[in-house]
Amino acid sequence: MIALPVYLEFEKSLAEIDQKIEELSALTEGASLAASPEISRLKMKAQKQLQELYSKLDAWQKTLVARHQDRPRYKDYVAALVTDYVELGGDRTYGDDQAILGGLGRFLGRPCVVIGHEKGRTTQERVTHNFGMARPEGYRKAARLMDMAEQFHLPVVTLVDTAGAYPGIGAEERGQAEAIARSTERCLTLGTPIVSLITGEGGSGGAVALAAADRVLMLEHSVYSVISPEGAASILWKDSGRAREAANAMKITAQDLLELKVIDQIIPEPLGGAHRAPETAIAAAGAAIAAALDALGAHGPEALREGKRERFYAIGRLADASALA
Amino acid sequence: MNWLSNFARPGLRKEKPSDKREAPSELWVKCPISGDLHYTADIEKDHWVSPAGHHYRIGAPPRFKALFDGAWEEVALPKAAQDPLKFRDDKRYVDRLKAARLKTGQDDCMAAGLGEVGGVRTIILVQSFDFMGGSLGMAAGEAFIAAAEKAVAENAALICVTAAGGARMQEGILSLMQMPRTTLAIQEVKAAGLPYLVILTDPTTGGVTASYAMLGDVHIAEPGALIGFAGPRVIEQTIREKLPEGFQRSEYLKEKGMVDLVLDRREMKAVVAQILSILTARRAASQAPGQAVDEAPGEAMPAKPQPQPQPAPVASSRSRAAAERGREPSTRGRAKAAE
Repeated sequence: MIALPVYLEFEKSLAEIDQKIEELSALTEGASLAASPEISRLKMKAQKQLQELYSKLDAWQKTLVARHQDRPRYKDYVAALVTDYVELGGDRTYGDDQAILGGLGRFLGRPCVVIGHEKGRTTQERVTHNFGMARPEGYRKAARLMDMAEQFHLPVVTLVDTAGAYPGIGAEERGQAEAIARSTERCLTLGTPIVSLITGEGGSGGAVALAAADRVLMLEHSVYSVISPEGAASILWKDSGRAREAANAMKITAQDLLELKVIDQIIPEPLGGAHRAPETAIAAAGAAIAAALDALGAHGPEALREGKRERFYAIGRLADASALA
Repeated sequence: MNWLSNFARPGLRKEKPSDKREAPSELWVKCPISGDLHYTADIEKDHWVSPAGHHYRIGAPPRFKALFDGAWEEVALPKAAQDPLKFRDDKRYVDRLKAARLKTGQDDCMAAGLGEVGGVRTIILVQSFDFMGGSLGMAAGEAFIAAAEKAVAENAALICVTAAGGARMQEGILSLMQMPRTTLAIQEVKAAGLPYLVILTDPTTGGVTASYAMLGDVHIAEPGALIGFAGPRVIEQTIREKLPEGFQRSEYLKEKGMVDLVLDRREMKAVVAQILSILTARRAASQAPGQAVDEAPGEAMPAKPQPQPQPAPVASSRSRAAAERGREPSTRGRAKAAE
């Protein structure tokens, strides 16, 4: 028997069906097979239900999927896609942030620098990794690793999954804003290919700092936004309970962002989200990142920098950009 | 994230819609430090600083007046997309924009002027908190890029005077994209070997601080300004404790090494002029015609990845300043003369 997944609030009906299947299976185990047509009927129903739910997720539901506790994390991606991985640490100034990890390795065989947010899964891990909310040292570590990538002509892969940079006294004291700005700048000045994948939550400046890349990819049910839906709701309506409204108003889904040309590609997730079949999701992400790296590999440093400038300048720009106000 | 715009400014509201100045226009203004009432004209003469040292929030014209040597010309700014997300909260975003335009007489929060500071040709970009909390959206991003590119084309230094609660939420992800976009614009100024200075004013927080406000060659803050990444309310809610006195204020940032100088607005111009004159000294020497040039034109500049646009030769900065003063500057018939 497999453990049931952790269900999201909009998956209640599905949870009930799965529960029934579970009970029936327990009853019929080893005994008569009389109940089994019922089981397969329920299984089909569950499958249909899942298909239906996931074919029309709204921005808020996607936010919940993107935050699912079993969604693949940085370490899962690295374990499956990066060989010879050596994790490096420290910003050489103050400390070693655990919300952003990074190191050297071979991404599906390609020597590279890998950097990403790690949220952790168990309570202990989450605390260790500060729920994926980095402090300045994390961004300075990222910038430092990008310096190294440039020096050794290695491409960079970044995996983005953060609610945002950590808002704390120490973080402010040590220059959170400056650290984010420098990390963003380092992405943009990098003369080797940099490919970024939003794996879960792309939260504000804390995400941009790793995602100012040549190519930005997003998993199908991940989100990327200027502020969390709860944050937006509490500012707009002084009511964080209206997060769903805010999520839908802000256009934060991969599908919206592809249309706005903020991202370049959507990576399909297995039915029911990446957490239902992590290996499949990770493999699809890996293949897409590898293809993007290979496509960029032919470009020299100048072409890459120029390409990034064109890419970001084009976002949201009016067709007649020269028109004066 | 422009929640700061919800803060009431003490007794300084009610500008006439047609009044282009963003500074208070009533006859008397109250000083939040001393509680005294001051005659507005006196305060204005002091660049909107009270005798007790309170720095009122000001918009572009008084800022230009406080920094430029004399006349400046307005830099035309590009049009940006209007409300592509069709955003509405309690009001439609387009209505909020309309109201802000009526209130400030500006198209968006940024205004730019081209003139001289201590004889150094300079573009000053001013972000006005009065326009939707100075929030960074597409218009501000386009303005920043345009100002940076103009600085490169005009062989001018770039100064950005920041004031913003952060990103403009009503533009969603497109506002977030102004962080990398403005950062790219700064690279153009750097690649051209021109100085980029930031003057941080009250308040500068969020995505603005986490991009162009923290990437200057020199950072100068006005006294007592709130400067940070996360707003104090967000931090308090996260850590559930009271923040220490003076936290995220200019003086604190200076102590923590995030800004070079905290300067009274009335002393700002002299120091900015000094900084610019040193930073552009080698460049000016190598470009002055008739002077011995013992180095390649690019030598004084930092290593840069791309071939540098050859700036037009200019006369020595002093004589140029004199020549500038002698003629009426005008780009779009909206030039203003100071003093």
